Amino acid sequence: MEWETVIGLEIHAQMATKSKIFSAASTAYGAEPNTQACAVDLGFPGVLPVLNQEAVRMAVKFGMAIGAEIAPYSVFARKNYFYPDLPKGYQISQMELPIVGIGYLDIEVDGKTKRIGVTRAHLEEDAGKSLHEDFHGLTGIDLNRAGTPLLEIVSEPDMRSAKEAVAYMRKIHELVRYLDICDGNMQEGSFRCDANVSIRPKGQKKFGTRAELKNINSFKFVEKAINIEVERQMDLIESGGTVIQETRLYDADKNETRSMRSKEEANDYRYFPDPDLLPVEITDELRKQVKADLPELPTAKKLRFIEQYGQDGESATILTSSRQLADFYEAVIKESGCEAKLCTNWVTGNFLGAINKAGLDINDTPISHQRLAGLLKRIADNTISGKIAKQVFDVLWESDATADEIIEQQGLKQITDSGAIEAIIDKIIADNPKQVEQYLSGKDKVFGFFVGQAMKATQGKANPGEVNKMLKDKLK
Amino acid sequence: MSLSADEVKKIAYLARLGIDEQDTDAYAKDLSNMLDLMTQMGDTFTDTVQPMAHPMDQMQRLRPDTVSEHNQRENFQSIAPQIEAGLYLVPKVID
Repeated sequence: MEWETVIGLEIHAQMATKSKIFSAASTAYGAEPNTQACAVDLGFPGVLPVLNQEAVRMAVKFGMAIGAEIAPYSVFARKNYFYPDLPKGYQISQMELPIVGIGYLDIEVDGKTKRIGVTRAHLEEDAGKSLHEDFHGLTGIDLNRAGTPLLEIVSEPDMRSAKEAVAYMRKIHELVRYLDICDGNMQEGSFRCDANVSIRPKGQKKFGTRAELKNINSFKFVEKAINIEVERQMDLIESGGTVIQETRLYDADKNETRSMRSKEEANDYRYFPDPDLLPVEITDELRKQVKADLPELPTAKKLRFIEQYGQDGESATILTSSRQLADFYEAVIKESGCEAKLCTNWVTGNFLGAINKAGLDINDTPISHQRLAGLLKRIADNTISGKIAKQVFDVLWESDATADEIIEQQGLKQITDSGAIEAIIDKIIADNPKQVEQYLSGKDKVFGFFVGQAMKATQGKANPGEVNKMLKDKLK
Repeated sequence: MSLSADEVKKIAYLARLGIDEQDTDAYAKDLSNMLDLMTQMGDTFTDTVQPMAHPMDQMQRLRPDTVSEHNQRENFQSIAPQIEAGLYLVPKVID
């Protein structure tokens, strides 16, 4: 039978606020255990939550970026469950009236654009961390993370393959970083994903029973976890079994999903409005402010890059993949005053190549946009050739010198004195009569030999265009 | 609506409340009475009324995003039954 996969994602993005969503404790990552867990986070009797305005603003910002309806009136609810990672006995979340309503995002897979619906996005508090090892049969609890603001972004079941799911997740990841509302660090758990996966016979309208996959903390694992789960469901159904609705954990080491269902009773979260929090009003004024602060979004930027700088789709996709990179690129153009094409080639080519090779983030680039622009200026004004420029680039990467200093110190200036080049070419022609003969008898390939010799004799400092022209003239 | 003794036990379990076996029937009766009252209230026509999220007719005041709580771990942990390496220790929660 032919099966169709149906996927919906729930993405949890930690909002990049300084303090927690309901308390004034720090959200900084990596502190000593429990040093950032205050009385509110610990659920002490008598404490009251006070909502962080920045968390609300960030949620609104996200909503606007996906074209969603922003609720004018939003309510927080208690989701009751007993687990020591939230000492209150409930998580403050939203059930009815979430801040962000229905929106959408366009993804691109295999050159085709597809619209993925976002059902809703709501604010809630993150839980603490449980450590199960090395405590003599007990569990260690670190509540530093408890109370960190989370935006839970729920998609419609619109994705039909693991590839689409990854594309959607990447798009959300790109967007939250563009908006500066989440650092997107998946290793530190700032950006996490659960996937609802089901299959149905192709052509059937009704959805199959879904399994919820937890604990997927990288783009690679999302794809693998979904694919392995789809395989499991197909095998199960084709051998006469049925899929049951349950939560499954993805184990990356074994590349399998396994049931998290315990013998205990199913959870009943008994949601109800949190009496400690009043309804939140999203005023027109806040909306206006956020709208005014909204940066140019990835899709709009990409289209602008194509139009304004004459880029192909691929370059534009690369250059707009992060706001920092796009800003860097535009700063290079502005600083150098060079043609966009030259800047595009260098930023996507040598520059990003070196960044990726060194495993660096664009923010940690050893070459500032000013120094890269300095190099491009010298290519544009023919002081150095493209080949020499690569040499200079390597030195830029390793040192703090400017391109001009490097060119000067190493004597890399292009030879513009055509008399000097002519003398060298004459000598090469005189020294290689055999090759001259071959060329004149029609072996065009030998021409490259002469160019190579000329570049070698000038240590690459001759202008290749001029060398070509001169050789052509002399070898007629 | 009438709750059975088993349903009362289940509700107590979900709320992690320990109740005495002998009190079960009394709880069942009390809770059933409350549910009856709710059923009665459910008959009221409320389609045109916006659900109330809070009895106070006010909106939430928001807090500026600043860190003003500082580390008081020692204080908090002085009353914790068991701690180690800065962590609170609790009975193992998963197998």
